[in-house]
Amino acid sequence: MIRKPWWKIIAFVLLMYVCIMGFLVKVPTPPGVPLGHSIRNLFFHVPMWFGMMILFFTSLVYAVKYLRNPSHLLDTYSLEFARTGVVFGVLGLITGSIWAKAQWGAWWSGDAKQNGAAIALLMYFAYFVLRGSLNEEEKKSRIGAVYNIFAFFMLFPTLWILPRLVESLHPGGQGSEGNPGLNPKDSNWQMKIVFWPAVIGWTLLAVWITTLRIRLQILKEKKLSNG
Amino acid sequence: MDKLKRIAATFIMAMISVFANAQDAAADANDVMKANGKIYVVMSVVIVIVLGLFIYLINLDRKITKLEKE
Repeated sequence: MIRKPWWKIIAFVLLMYVCIMGFLVKVPTPPGVPLGHSIRNLFFHVPMWFGMMILFFTSLVYAVKYLRNPSHLLDTYSLEFARTGVVFGVLGLITGSIWAKAQWGAWWSGDAKQNGAAIALLMYFAYFVLRGSLNEEEKKSRIGAVYNIFAFFMLFPTLWILPRLVESLHPGGQGSEGNPGLNPKDSNWQMKIVFWPAVIGWTLLAVWITTLRIRLQILKEKKLSNG
Repeated sequence: MDKLKRIAATFIMAMISVFANAQDAAADANDVMKANGKIYVVMSVVIVIVLGLFIYLINLDRKITKLEKE
C-alpha cells in the first residue's frame, strides 16, 4: 500500500488544482470583513492544521496498535507520522504568523488559538525528547506510545475546546460566534470545492513524505542487522 | 484496485466540473489583483515550488525503491 503510486498521483493532481484554482477562484469580499484576498490562505494555511490533525490521529492509531500488539514496525509508523505532523504544525504556525502580521498587526497576538496550537506542538516536541532520553529500545517504544496517546488527547483542550471558550481573533471567534477558524460570511461554495481538495492533497503529500521516512527507517534497520 | 480507480475517477470528474465556474471568476473586472494580472505571477511561483517539491519527492521515492530491491 505505501509503495503504490495511485494516491501519489491523486496528491499531485489535487495540489496542482489547488495551486491554480486557489488563485483564480472568486472570493467574497463583504463589507466589514477585512480579509480580502488574503482569505486565499485558506487553501494553504488551514490544510496544514487539518493535515497535522489527521497525521497525529494516525500516529495515535499506530501507538494503540503497538500497545495491543508490540512490534517494531508499528512503533516506526507511529513515530514517523508524529514527526511529519509536527513539521506540518510548525508550517501552520509560521504561515499563521505571517497572515496574522498582515491582518491583526502583530506576528504573535497571544490569540487563544495561537497559544493553544503552540502548546499542542510543544506537547509533541516532548514526545521526541522523551523517546530520545530512553536507551532501551522496547522501553522507548512503549513509553513513547503511552505518551503519544496523552499528547493526542491534549489536542482536545488546546485546539478544539479552549479557543472556543474565549474570544478569538480568528474568523468566527468574535463575541458569541464561538467557532474560531470558520466564518460562513468569509466563505462561499466556490471556495469549499477548492478547500476540501486542498485538505486531501496536502494530507496525502504529508503521508507520502511519512512513508518515505518509514521505508528509509526499515532499510536502515535491515542494514544494521545485516552488517 | 478497481475500486480505488473508481474513487480516483470520481475525484477527477468533480474537479473538471469546477472549471466551468473558473470562467466567471476570471472575468470579474472589480478585482484589482486580477485586473492587473499580478496574481498570475504569484500563481506561477507557487506552481513552480510545488512542482519542484514533487519532482524531488518522486526522485527520493525512486531511490528508496531501488535500495529496497537490492
